[in-house]
Order: sequence, then structure tokens, then C-alpha cells
Amino acid sequence: MREVRVRDLVVRFGDREVLDGVRLDARPGELVSVIGPSGCGKSTLFNVLAGLVEPAAGSVLVDGAPASGSTFAYMPQKDLLFPWRTVLDNTALGLEVGGLGKRAARERAAPLFEPFGLAGFENARPSELSGGMRQRAALLRTVVQARDVLLLDEPFGALDSLTRTSMQEWLEVMRARYGWTVLLITHDIREAVFLSDRVVVLGPRPATVRRVVEIDLPRPREVRMLATPAAAALEAELLAVLREPVAAPPSRAAID
Amino acid sequence: MSVRLSTPAVRRPAAPEPPRDAATPSRGRLRRVLPALVVVAVLVAAWQWAVTAFAVRPQVLPSPLRVVEQGWLFRGALWTNTVPTLQVTAVGFAVSLAVAWVLAVVVDFSPWLRQALLPLLVASQTIPIIAIAPLLIIWFGFGLLPKVVVIALVTFFPVAIGLIEGFSSVEREATNLVRSMGAGRWREFRYLRLPAAMPSFFTSLRIGITYAVTGAVFAEYVGARAGLGIFMNLQKNSFRTDLVLAAVIVTAVISVALFGLTYAVQRLVMPWYAAERRRA
Repeated sequence: MREVRVRDLVVRFGDREVLDGVRLDARPGELVSVIGPSGCGKSTLFNVLAGLVEPAAGSVLVDGAPASGSTFAYMPQKDLLFPWRTVLDNTALGLEVGGLGKRAARERAAPLFEPFGLAGFENARPSELSGGMRQRAALLRTVVQARDVLLLDEPFGALDSLTRTSMQEWLEVMRARYGWTVLLITHDIREAVFLSDRVVVLGPRPATVRRVVEIDLPRPREVRMLATPAAAALEAELLAVLREPVAAPPSRAAID
Repeated sequence: MSVRLSTPAVRRPAAPEPPRDAATPSRGRLRRVLPALVVVAVLVAAWQWAVTAFAVRPQVLPSPLRVVEQGWLFRGALWTNTVPTLQVTAVGFAVSLAVAWVLAVVVDFSPWLRQALLPLLVASQTIPIIAIAPLLIIWFGFGLLPKVVVIALVTFFPVAIGLIEGFSSVEREATNLVRSMGAGRWREFRYLRLPAAMPSFFTSLRIGITYAVTGAVFAEYVGARAGLGIFMNLQKNSFRTDLVLAAVIVTAVISVALFGLTYAVQRLVMPWYAAERRRA
């Protein structure tokens, strides 16, 4: 498990600036959420971390050294389980692509089916799974790659609210159990408060960091904590920062 | 937690489901084929009635009964001419498939070659085969080669296009996913683009294979030592319209059989697909 430091990240697509000096820290075992208005460049930030987009400037450091292609395990918004693979083979995909033999990859993914609530579905097709199970399978596919940091891009965005809540509780339990370091993109302020150690609020494009809010609620988190005054105050603060007018973008100095 | 984690297991289908699943497809298939059979029966009946009612001479239009009767009588000749046609079709379509795959993969890997080759592929389809086929006989003789060339020319295009579009049908996000797993261009192809292209490939394979038999018959028609094409040509010249039509029936049966065969192959190559379609 490593410490991640993102420093002054700038990304341009042509002459369109998407990220303008984003910085971010995650210590081992932490969950750091990134929230911001739609289209502000959150996914682009993750694409940089996953090695899919080359930044124009800035650095991604892991324990002080530049991150390599195998630091981050990436879980996109869509579950992207392939219909031509069984659930087990889908979860083993990352290992196979990484060069592990099919059998060895399966053997490594299979023991996680029980804790991920997918036992008995190893040989099912993805379309036989419910929405929540599909997301758990996609998360299993991400986790089994045994990389240092998980990048979860709105993992529960497409689920109904009841399923989403139980998935959030489940993630809280699993994260504590396995000690994952997680960066999480979300649109859902409550989700950010419930799961995070820290929330990074981005402004509209080109994205800069508007504020970093520490979430000092006790762990393990439970849903009823969201009803406490402390949680309500954090939610209100995040919402207020998100809705700050665009007209006067904060200067770079204000961030640090 | 343990309660929530164990709930999904309840959704697992109970064991005695397969029999129902196994029974439905065959009954469903019969119901799907039935309308086509009814239409064919009506058309044949109308044909039979018209030929008798208007006393059409069999040299002009024989009755369906006569076609079947004479076809059965000449079954030996039909069979000896069917075998070479099948051989030509098999070799020609195999060559066509190989060409289509090589082209499609090359085009998928190289944007430059895509720009360079796609217009040529389209242009190849504007060649009037009717005019070229006799020239092929002059160039390559009466053997296998000119027929293989005709079949390949007629059938490689839909297969190649089906593959090319199948490869590029993958979502951007899926590409990003396998890239983030460390895949280079080759692994991206192997784990994502190739399997993703299979549905599109089988669709185009069916289009191609129906043209293949027609292509073979046409190539033989222009010039061959044996085969259904040259058989039709000879029978036409001696006004045996009934035997021409009998050979046409054989051609149709072969085409339909090959068409059906693609579904069998598809079930072997992508067993997931049928179940996926049924669920969707």
C-alpha cells in the first residue's frame, strides 16, 4: 500500500483545457472522494492516473516516485462485463491481460467470490446477474489485479437507491477488511460523506480544486451516522462549495 | 453483512429449469419455419395449377411435378454434377474467408492501410463479374482457379466489411478498461476486439455463404468440365427446362443447408450469444 500525491496536474485536449493544476493526496488505506459538476474533468483525472491520458504538466507520485502503469486499478462507470466471458473469466480478465495464464488467473479470482457475494455465479453469464452483483463483479475484477490504489469512477451511479445504499455499506466493510486505498469519483454528496476520509471538490472546467474537506466521522461508518448534525454540516458545506458561483474562479493560491 | 451477502444466492435459478429451456427452441423453430413452408406450398400449388390450366408446353415452363419427376430420374447426373460444385464452393469460400480475415485484421491494426485499402475493396465490388468471368477462363483455363476467383470476388466483401465493422464496434470505455489493465494493441485485439466482432462476423458470413453457391454455379455456367452450372447450361441448350429447374432446386437446397450450417458453427464458437439474445 502506497501514498499517492497528485501535483499540479494540467490536461489539455487540443486547445481546450480540462484540468488546470489539480492536486490530491491519499494516504495508505484512505478513501478519497472527488466530486464536482458534470463534465468538469473528474473522469479525465482518473484517465491520467490509469495511464490512458498523458498530462500536459504535473506529476503523479507514489511514495515519492513517478507512478507506473501498474499502480492504479481502474473501474469505469459502466461495469463492462463482457458477454462472451463467464463471470469468473470476466473477473480474471485483468490478470489474463497482465500475462497470467487462464487457469492461474481463475484460481486467483475464485476465492474472492465468497466475500464479494458472488459464490455460485462463477460460471454464470454477466446478464444473469442483478445490477448490484454486476458492480461487485466489476469491483472484484479491479481488486484482484492487486494494484496499490483502486480508481472507482462512479461505481454505484447506475444503481437504484436502495441497492446503492447497501453497496455503499458493503464497500465500507470490505475496505476496512482488506485495507484498500481508494480514489472514488461520485456525484452523490451523501455517498462522499459516508465513505470518505477526505473529499476533494473540483470546480467547473477547467477543473481546479475548490476545497478539500476532511470527513472526521468515526469508523466503521453506519448509515444512521448520516443523520447526525456533524454529517449534515459536512453535506451542507460540500453542497455550498459545489454551488459557489463560477464568475469568480478561486485563484491557484487559495487552494494551498 | 452476512445476511446481505447471502441474499444473492437466492436468485440462483433452481435446478429443474433446463428441461423447459431445452424444449422451447425446437418448438419455436418449427413455428418460425412454418410460415415460409406455407408460402412455398401455395406458390408451388399455384404454379402446378397454372401450367395445367393454360396447357403450357414443358419446354417453356414444366410443372413442378414434372421437375421433381425428371430430377429424380436424372438423379445420377445431378449428383455427379453437384459434387464438383460443392468442391468449388468449399475451396472458393475458404479462400474468400482467408482473404477477408487477413484484410480485416490488417486494416484494423493500421489506420494508414485502412485509408489505403477500403476504397479498393469497394471498387472491387464494381467489377462486372459477368464480363470478367469469361476472361478468367481464357486466363486460367477450365480448372479450379477461375471459379475460386469468381467466388472469392463475390463473397469476400461482405465478410471483410462485417469483420472490420465488428472490430471497431467496441466501446471507447471497454478499450480504456483493457488498456488500463496493461494491454497493448495486440492484447486489446485478442481480448476485446476479436470476441466483440463475432456477432457481426457471423451475420456477414451468412450473407457471404448464400452468394458462394450462386457464384460457383455462375462460374461453371461460363465454362467447366462438370458442375451444376455447366449442367444447367447444357440442359438449357437442349430445351430441358425441367432439368434446369431441378438443378436450381439442388442449388437452393445447398444454399439453405450452408446457411443453416453457419448457425451450428456459431453455436460452437459463441455459445453465449443465443442465450444473450433470448434474455434481451
